Amino acid sequence: MPTLQAADGDARTLNPGGAWTVVNVEAMERLCSDVRQQALRVIDLSGVTAMDTIGAWLFEKLARGAGRPSDVSFVRVPESYTGLLREVRALNRHEPGGERTRPPLARWLTEHAHGLTDDIVSFMDMLGALSIALLRSLRHPGSFRFTPTVYQLGRVGWQAIPIMALITFLIGAIIAQQGIFHFRKFGAESYVVDLVGILVLREIGVLIVAIMVAGRSGSAYTAELGSMKMREEVDALITMGVDPISVLVLPRVAALVLALPILTFLGSMAALYGGGLAAWLYGGMSPVIFIARLREAVSITSFEVGMLKAPFMALVIGVMAACEGFRVKGSAESLGMQTTSSVVKSIFLVIVLDGLFAVFFASIGM
Amino acid sequence: MTADPAAIRVKDLVVGFGQHVVIDHLSLEVRKGEILGLVGASGGGKSVLMRTLIGLLPKRSGQIEFPAAPNESNMRRGVLFQQGALFSALNARQNVQFPLREAARLSPALLDEVANAKLEMVGLSASDGDKFPSELSGGMTKRVALARALALDPPLLFLDEPTSGLDPIAAGEFDALIKTLQATLGFTVFMITHDLNSLAAICNRVAALAEGRIAALGPLRAVLESDHPWVQAYFHGARAQMLHLDA
Repeated sequence: MPTLQAADGDARTLNPGGAWTVVNVEAMERLCSDVRQQALRVIDLSGVTAMDTIGAWLFEKLARGAGRPSDVSFVRVPESYTGLLREVRALNRHEPGGERTRPPLARWLTEHAHGLTDDIVSFMDMLGALSIALLRSLRHPGSFRFTPTVYQLGRVGWQAIPIMALITFLIGAIIAQQGIFHFRKFGAESYVVDLVGILVLREIGVLIVAIMVAGRSGSAYTAELGSMKMREEVDALITMGVDPISVLVLPRVAALVLALPILTFLGSMAALYGGGLAAWLYGGMSPVIFIARLREAVSITSFEVGMLKAPFMALVIGVMAACEGFRVKGSAESLGMQTTSSVVKSIFLVIVLDGLFAVFFASIGM
Repeated sequence: MTADPAAIRVKDLVVGFGQHVVIDHLSLEVRKGEILGLVGASGGGKSVLMRTLIGLLPKRSGQIEFPAAPNESNMRRGVLFQQGALFSALNARQNVQFPLREAARLSPALLDEVANAKLEMVGLSASDGDKFPSELSGGMTKRVALARALALDPPLLFLDEPTSGLDPIAAGEFDALIKTLQATLGFTVFMITHDLNSLAAICNRVAALAEGRIAALGPLRAVLESDHPWVQAYFHGARAQMLHLDA
């Protein structure tokens, strides 16, 4: 154990002893804090049995704490420690400037406002780049990457069908069950068909599917593009004169724009099936009556409204995912951060877009 | 203090994966306070040997002893990985502080001081400590990784190709840094390298690994004289160059 005592009858000399190494650092710090540094003139190291950089630094700090550091001398230093002591003399001479001050509220706000404008600009930028890539491939259809598009369609469309169908089925059943439970108080159980039909076809079907796709495929897009950026694959494409947007982003977004309406249709059907099943098993309404009521309750307009929204939501999810993917910097942490932010922002935008569509369709009377 | 001159003693070590035996009854002694350079063919088991010594790979048979520090944990063995292996979520200073935090309870002020001191010892400035690994150049990454490896003043330091990916000037500076720190702190270095300049400039002894065994061991000059065919092939030209330099 380390010790630190004043020499007998001489308050100006310190006699440290024992092992001054990192394992004893707690005791060493306590010992040093008890020293009256002003009077210190001599540190006698003859009793020290082991010393590492931390020990040497603590002695050096004691010396620097005295009135004039040059007044303090180390005596009887064991030969093996002279180099180390000389080394620490030169260390920590420059105070790191006060860079780590907390930003005040105003700066925090302006930083976040900048972040918001950055988001909008980069979203628009990506949308524009994507449009250019699309127009180019319309002019030269041969340049469109057909194989990756089909591959991505399989990943984000075909493979997503089971989970999407299951979730929308459950949501449909839950809405029907809740509707029946509450409408029963008014004797208006049959209106549950209107509730389920309109809600699912107009809003819930497309919204649930879009949110699921943002979480399932948007995050995958961001992570893929981000790791490609990290490993300089994107730079490699650029140096070969290939536009990364048309190679990497366009097929992915095109696949998403094709897949989301299909998933929305399948999801809506699954939700209606779930609603019908709940109405039959829980509300005692036979499937024949449910279908007959459904035909009266919903018009083709409700279905159109839901389906029309799907490709736009897909576009928003795809563009946001690509945007955030290309913002990934070198570290693994940044990849995680951008993936999270891609999903959060896409879901936010999907809901905002849904609200805008609701206003739009209401005003044109659909 | 023990009088044992060895820092690492390896006896009859066998390491393999499935059918493939990489290290085949290898024996080696690393002396306390020396810098030992290990050379060998790519894929010839240099990294496997080092990872086995550190404890990252299991050995099949044989003995590995650390007479200098028999009962100490892995924390007291500094390792510099080839790519630095800095934690990307932490800045340079926090990377250096990490082993200190785990091993001992320091006050935050002392923790900062010690980390800054380590950064200065490896030739960086305290303000570099705020940078994240993604913002560091290759040479700086190696230096921060070295500072982290030295955070606890380990008696043993393992270096995996410390100068790979550095230009000759930066590599020379890094070699000099290792030499200086070794002289100051008195640790033992076990280093894998392909850099002939490093071998000539800072290594006290060189070990050549071929066919899973140590084919030649000794000062560089003695290894160059070895008549083992692989060693001959490896140092072909280098030897001529050395003779040329002597002349």
